[in-house]
Amino acid sequence: MQEATTGPVRDTGQGEPAATGSAPTGPVVAIPKQRKRRSVGRAGYSAWLMLLPALAVYIGFVIFPMLMGLQYSFYDWNGVGVSTFIGLANYVEVLTNPVLLGSILNAITLILFFTLIPIATGLMLASLIRSMRQGPASSAAQTILFLPQIVPLAAAGIAWSWMYAQTGTVNQFLNAIGLGGITRSWLADYDTALPAVGLIGSWVLTGLCTVLLLTGIGKIDSSLYEAVRLDGAGWWREFFTVTLPGLRQEIAVLATLTIIAALSSFDIIYTSTQGGPGRATLVPGISIFRIGFTQSDVGLASAFGMVLMVLVLLVVLPIQRLSKVND
Amino acid sequence: MRTSRSELFLGRLLLAVAIILTLLPLISMLSAALQPADRNPTGLVWPTDPQWGNFITAFEVGNVWRLMQSSAFIVLGVVPASLLIATLAGYALGALAPKGGRAILIFFVAGLTIPFEALIIPLYYQSQAMGTLNTQWAVIFPLLGLFMPFSVFWMRAHFINVPRELSEASRVDGASIWQEFRQIQLPLAVPALSALAILLFLWTWNQFLLPVVLIANPLDRTVAGALTFFQGQYSLSIPLLNAGALLIITPAIIVFLIFQRQFVRALLQGAVKG
Repeated sequence: MQEATTGPVRDTGQGEPAATGSAPTGPVVAIPKQRKRRSVGRAGYSAWLMLLPALAVYIGFVIFPMLMGLQYSFYDWNGVGVSTFIGLANYVEVLTNPVLLGSILNAITLILFFTLIPIATGLMLASLIRSMRQGPASSAAQTILFLPQIVPLAAAGIAWSWMYAQTGTVNQFLNAIGLGGITRSWLADYDTALPAVGLIGSWVLTGLCTVLLLTGIGKIDSSLYEAVRLDGAGWWREFFTVTLPGLRQEIAVLATLTIIAALSSFDIIYTSTQGGPGRATLVPGISIFRIGFTQSDVGLASAFGMVLMVLVLLVVLPIQRLSKVND
Repeated sequence: MRTSRSELFLGRLLLAVAIILTLLPLISMLSAALQPADRNPTGLVWPTDPQWGNFITAFEVGNVWRLMQSSAFIVLGVVPASLLIATLAGYALGALAPKGGRAILIFFVAGLTIPFEALIIPLYYQSQAMGTLNTQWAVIFPLLGLFMPFSVFWMRAHFINVPRELSEASRVDGASIWQEFRQIQLPLAVPALSALAILLFLWTWNQFLLPVVLIANPLDRTVAGALTFFQGQYSLSIPLLNAGALLIITPAIIVFLIFQRQFVRALLQGAVKG
């Protein structure tokens, strides 16, 4: 491995919030076969010339680092000194160390809050407001629901840590409705920290889900709705026979997006709890960051990065497959 | 078709609740930001004597102006170059369809699932080896690569839908591929390009992990990355922390409100396409 000098310099002690919420991760999509156009002679040559810069930055700053990470993952290296080849030992460590496994488990728990709650809420809202008239009120509503997508996740973490604080808005509300008994510092409590952090993710993602599902509902043939209504179907049956099947594609897309967001959460957690209290909200992103830069175990952190990448693929690929099967 | 009154009412009620819940954290930030800086603020109240001066203090003490400049530099490094490179590649893949183009497309699309966290360790040592560590370039270069899968995919989706008669016509007129690209295809691509530009601006402006890891001096980061610096500075003053955070998210919200239509459309299409 190359010689390295200093470890990353951190800014002086503050919270480490987490995750790149706005990373352009997205579902792997079906690529339809394309008619052959002109693919010979000068056109082919120009095409490759035009592809070259994109390939260069992608290979140079994504594929190459990924391969470097793969290489690091087989070594014991502190980032500065000599590196020793240790085979799969780092991977064994990731998959057997309870702390690291715990952070993976936390990330999987977050799927409940990043994926299930936003999609369920979005479905409910979208199917109930389907019949609302398009107008200034509805576009204002969409604008507001989208706001959390615009705010940096790190800022969402800060806004919510204040909401959850002892003197914050959440406890103020609980006191007002006579639930003063359960007030606490939500992010500092071992039992409530993870759900509290998860709800920040729900806050960020529900608007996106609602608006995308509304758009999807708009595309469902309205005669289908009329038909089930004529059949005497109630709201539930209408929902399960028309709305839900009609939105399969949108739901698959949202599930993919939000599951990736849950598994790779970092910003929100870095600014709100830094993984604490204890390890209650530790997630893979925070673990990689700490192991790699605080504990300077570059090999182990790299192996964890590889495991995270595989984990995302393991979860995302079946969804892609499922969503296509019935088409 | 019949939509029952109670259903409509329930829908509106739920929507209203959702909107209130969406706005609550932002309003709560504002409420905290306006309370006296030297005291622990209390919940959601409109302070009797709102301390608007907190924003000025946060702006000055937090070096917000310098942070905005640093962010703008990073955005200018990432967005125009990304647009140019991705447009060329998207045109090549969508319109020219060279032999092997499909494999290249799949190669790019595979990159959509890579979490930034998985690459952050090697990116650190790479920028160290390149000598860009602790400069804005340490963030600019990787972001070009990391946003490229989505950008290429997005631009290809545009070009594949341009009727091929257009390019055939220009070919008959004797235009070369590059002339056709510049004079016919590029003007048509403006809506797709502006939507992509908005998304890339937002993702760069809000980028957190890369600046935090790759740039030691918080003042050289993106504004979002500098939020940790704010947290450290204002750990004793929640009102100032909230004022600073509000200042930092304002530019993105302003851009959002101006380009709202394109924004929502771009994000939705991006979700579906991406």
